[in-house]
Amino acid sequence: MRLSATHCAVAAFAAVSLVAVGVAFAAPGDASVTIKNFDFHPMAISVPVGATVTWKNLDGEPHTVTSTDGAFRSDALDEDDTFSFRFTKPGVYKYLCTIHPRMVASVTVK
Amino acid sequence: MDHDPTRRGALQCLGLGAGTLFALNGGVLSGFDLADAAEPGAAGKIGTPLFVQISDSHIGFNKEANPDVVSTLNRTIDLVNGLPRQPAFALHTGDVTHLSKAAQFDQASQLLSRMRVTELHVVPGEHDVTDGQGTEFFARFGAASKGLGYYSFDHGGVHMVALVNVMQFKPGGLASLGDEQLAWLKDDLSGRPASQPIVLFAHMPMWSIYEPWGWGSSDSDQVMALIRRFGSVTVLNGHIHQIVSKVEGNVTFHTARSTAYPQPAAGVGPGPGPLTVPGDQLPSMLGVTTVIRAPLHRSLRLTDTSLA
Repeated sequence: MRLSATHCAVAAFAAVSLVAVGVAFAAPGDASVTIKNFDFHPMAISVPVGATVTWKNLDGEPHTVTSTDGAFRSDALDEDDTFSFRFTKPGVYKYLCTIHPRMVASVTVK
Repeated sequence: MDHDPTRRGALQCLGLGAGTLFALNGGVLSGFDLADAAEPGAAGKIGTPLFVQISDSHIGFNKEANPDVVSTLNRTIDLVNGLPRQPAFALHTGDVTHLSKAAQFDQASQLLSRMRVTELHVVPGEHDVTDGQGTEFFARFGAASKGLGYYSFDHGGVHMVALVNVMQFKPGGLASLGDEQLAWLKDDLSGRPASQPIVLFAHMPMWSIYEPWGWGSSDSDQVMALIRRFGSVTVLNGHIHQIVSKVEGNVTFHTARSTAYPQPAAGVGPGPGPLTVPGDQLPSMLGVTTVIRAPLHRSLRLTDTSLA
């Protein structure tokens, strides 16, 4: 059937796209945050329960990823270092860089 | 200079005071009571550095702004060891390491031990306590403060106060001492004569230099209230990798150069990251601060010396 063929083609295209774009995405909902120019980009993200967020520092200056409630804390991330955390409980997780505490951001887990 | 004690004794007997000797130190004319100057060995005391301050060695940093921070720290130590008169002690106002790693602290301790001073007093920078508790930092430099990070000591009549202002951050906010440390500081300063010179040293600037980059403290007003009554107060900080100073009444604020790399001037660029300059310019932007005592005015003289 024509509809079925198109549907299959679209599905196949989507699957290929997902693989091509999301090499770091091991599960649906995983997200990444880049640290650049003393800011977290994006500053507010939303992910589903069970998703892993990966931070990567692109600044020449080290930064940390530290939640305000103690849920997660990275080591000092040098340039190109990464830190990942898997969110298993819903909530709003505010975090900051403890080296530059004016850098604040949040992850909302639903 | 009058070394004859008889004459001095006679002058004092006459109630005239012993007069004033002026000496030139690093281009600054400082007055010294002749009675002090007449003491045997006074020539050595005038112009003898009380202490030196180094800061922000960032052992472990290896990027473009300075691929060899060990070498520039060593050159700074050579400069200190080469002073015509050895300072009694040295301060390191923090960011000893770049990433709080054990190996970096080990290397830094080893390098700093080469400085020819009797005592080394170290306060942490935010790069030294990224593990939260500052475990590695306090394991090496926590003895003097019994792990608290703050303590005081006296030397040559000067009251030195080590403070830690990198462990009480409020998200989105500035560095602070915290209530406990403020209470301790109030207690530590109470009862001291206003004529005693006071030196406070801590990593983060204790006055507002540029808040968008975190160059300031949230409780600086409270500290000012405690120190304002003293005749000579010197506040020595690091963190910003450049010299910025301010005099407010009897209080002199002064930040030190780094021994590792410079940072941009306030607001120039996206943030306070390492500033890469042409290789031949780097040594002139790194250095050490020397502090001498000018007894007559009960003030302290600061001299900044760069590596080149």
